[in-house]
Amino acid sequence: MMQGCVSQARTELPGLTMFNNMEKRKKSLLPLTRILTAIASLILVLVIFLPIWRIELDAPQYPEGLAMQIYAHKLAGDVEIINGLNHYIGMRTLHEDDFMEFTFLPYIFAGFALLGLIAAAAGRRWLFFTWAFGFLLFAVLAMVDFYMWEYDYGHNLDPKAPIQVPGMAYQPPLIGFKQLLNFGAFSIPDTGGWILTGVGLIAIFLIFRELKNKRHEATSIH
Amino acid sequence: MVSFQLNSGKFFLLSASIALLAGSSGCKPKTAATATSGDAAQKVYIPPGQYDEFYGFVSGGFSGQLSVYGFPSGRLLKVLPVFSQNPENGYGYSEETLPMLNTSHGFVPYDDLHHVQVSQTNGESDGRWVFVNGNNTPRVARIDLKTFRTVEIIELPNSAGNHSSPFITENTEYVIAGTRFSVPEDGVEYPIHTYKDNFNGTISFISVEKESGEMDIAFQLEVPALNFDLSHTGKGPSSGWFFFSTYNTEKAYTLLEVNASQNDKDFIMAVNWKKAEELAKSGKGVKKKVKYAHNKWDEATHSGTSEMKTEVLTLQAADLRDIIYFIPCPKSPHGCDVDPSGEYIVGSGKLAALLPVFKFSKIQEAIKNKDFDGEYDGFKVLKYESVLHGEVEKPGLGPLHTEFDDKGNAYTSFFVSSEIVKWDVKTLKILDRVPTYYSIGHLTVPGGDTRKPYGKYVVAYNKITKDRYLPTGPELTQSAQLFDISGDKMQLLLDFPTIGEPHYSQIIPAALIKDKSTKIYKIEENKHPRAAIGEGQARVEREGNKVHVYMTMIRSHLAPDNIEGVRVGDEVYFHLTNLEQDWDIPHGFAIKGANNAELLVMPGETQTLKWVPKQAGIFPYYCTDFCSALHQEMSGYMRVSPAGSNTPLRFGLGETAPAAN
Repeated sequence: MMQGCVSQARTELPGLTMFNNMEKRKKSLLPLTRILTAIASLILVLVIFLPIWRIELDAPQYPEGLAMQIYAHKLAGDVEIINGLNHYIGMRTLHEDDFMEFTFLPYIFAGFALLGLIAAAAGRRWLFFTWAFGFLLFAVLAMVDFYMWEYDYGHNLDPKAPIQVPGMAYQPPLIGFKQLLNFGAFSIPDTGGWILTGVGLIAIFLIFRELKNKRHEATSIH
Repeated sequence: MVSFQLNSGKFFLLSASIALLAGSSGCKPKTAATATSGDAAQKVYIPPGQYDEFYGFVSGGFSGQLSVYGFPSGRLLKVLPVFSQNPENGYGYSEETLPMLNTSHGFVPYDDLHHVQVSQTNGESDGRWVFVNGNNTPRVARIDLKTFRTVEIIELPNSAGNHSSPFITENTEYVIAGTRFSVPEDGVEYPIHTYKDNFNGTISFISVEKESGEMDIAFQLEVPALNFDLSHTGKGPSSGWFFFSTYNTEKAYTLLEVNASQNDKDFIMAVNWKKAEELAKSGKGVKKKVKYAHNKWDEATHSGTSEMKTEVLTLQAADLRDIIYFIPCPKSPHGCDVDPSGEYIVGSGKLAALLPVFKFSKIQEAIKNKDFDGEYDGFKVLKYESVLHGEVEKPGLGPLHTEFDDKGNAYTSFFVSSEIVKWDVKTLKILDRVPTYYSIGHLTVPGGDTRKPYGKYVVAYNKITKDRYLPTGPELTQSAQLFDISGDKMQLLLDFPTIGEPHYSQIIPAALIKDKSTKIYKIEENKHPRAAIGEGQARVEREGNKVHVYMTMIRSHLAPDNIEGVRVGDEVYFHLTNLEQDWDIPHGFAIKGANNAELLVMPGETQTLKWVPKQAGIFPYYCTDFCSALHQEMSGYMRVSPAGSNTPLRFGLGETAPAAN
């Protein structure tokens, strides 16, 4: 729809004006990109305040279930109860102070929100690509970081733990379900996590749109 | 298989001979003692993991406890200690709960708990508190239905045999308690044969604070020296009135069995309590010097306190002439029950051959028209015929207590003829009767004494069980029976054993309570002065010959678990704080040789056990409530040295445990 509109506008313009306009357009964003980037950046602000990830635990003794929520700056939910239980298998207790990430994650989200808004306002492609690729890179790194923490907690166990099952590690799943002794662990994004996923998908979609648009314009110039 | 066939062969012969006997005339009629219809089981079956529709709070009689059942399954959910010590959880043994059982007579760790009332708002059960009476050493207790704990006990002065108690007004303004035994004032003695001159009855009005539920004796009424048996609040048109059954209008003081059963009619005493309240508030009455205990539980400090009070306001009989009226009622009435409309009052005369029903509008009219039949101790006696709605003819033998359904029917228990009789309140026609096994006392319909009965069931609380269950020696189980009353005919659904002795109960919808139940006590709200909030605060301190152990409990260790330096002659106080903040993870505590009890400490709570070692040695202590896979490891050692020894005070856990110097 938008593309059709653009090509229509192009046919109405006479030769030189049209060329100059094309030169400028190569560096500027599609209106849809600007709108969606602005929206994505704004809802990104919410992630600072919303739980990003949740790990749910079920056991025969916990029919009501236990849940831990990970925010940008804190842990919430049944952390104390989980800590109490983890000492049986020698897993370290979870403390917010141990996670350096909590000190800068809110600023990263704020930074991406700001950069996205600037990109949308300025309409510059390089700003948009910096925002979009930067965000995707961040998402991948965050998941790697999360995995490494999970690996660390699941494998580095106290050798004096009362319950020792040979070969057993207690790394929770990165995403999805895994049975760990009597506990079933279910790891899924929480509200903030779904927002991040949405923003990521929007970024990917827009990157493709922008790249396609550029190719299209490049071919139409010749 | 062979033996089975032999048996069935014998059984056939036996049945055939019984059939022959039954055919002959003059044989005994068959009893229906085991008669239940086909779908009874289905009606009381609650599948595993599902909840009952109703909570039932059933008095535990001489056990001094209150039991909690699920209905219709009849499953026992919990036994709550009220007036009795409970070694199961340390109630009445721990330092914090000791004050709850204090009285003007000192520590009284038992009582006879008869009647139960759930708090009401607008005449309907609201599920906030349960009030129960202590019959023997007159007391009224309040149980909080968020925690299912006894949170307050108030003693009643100038009272004995607190039986006509604890019946409440429509908005729980007052808990009202009448004396079964009329007596002189506390601390005064007379020859017993001067009963008529020197003995008095009292009715206590205990006010209940709207929000906190805290009780206070607002005033007492001085009334004739009768035996007050039961009572109930008026409602609807009879709002503001209270009705008491009385017996021993003969004022007998010996061989009451005979001497208190001479008059054809005793009384139902009608009290305009709104007017009594006005009198009390207007400054009427005299303040009497008394002594009674008021014990309160503080959920923040997890501790009880006992205060001795010294004064009670008494409204004297002379000031109550226009407030109290007597209604003749045959004969030695027990139950005194007001129907949901508030218009009809049923007196169940346990020696009467009929069941009188009085009408409130007629009572009002008789008072207005001065339609009196003389006086009793200066109080106006209303003319029986003038206030009578009618009599249920030949209802049964020994009527005791009546409750109501939501369709205008009444259900009366008959102790002597051992049955429940259903009758129509307006027409007084008998509609149905069912036998009970055996000798029913009280009965309960869910909400059956409120403005809003739920109908559905009637529960019989029986006094005799005989052959109903597997025998357990001379002391048999107590029992209850559940009947379906949703149809025209009552249908027996279930027999179930109860703790002893079930007198009255209240049954209310579970929905009023279940979602408000407390799961844990928040550790950050624990204001116990000797709590150890966190393992870092676990320690042992000596104050003279008192040793205070601030011990924490968490799965699966006690901190500290090694203690040395305690000596014979010391008094050791274990202040146990359960650090868990998880539902259904209590920890227990027991130490060898303790002369009191073990403790059960709820998550976030602190409780104290006093322990006085009498000999040197090593005394293990441990968690008594199976809390975790390593529950058996949740233990510790106390080293006690001989008196006068100089073993240094040392304690610890794991790496901090005392080691060689």
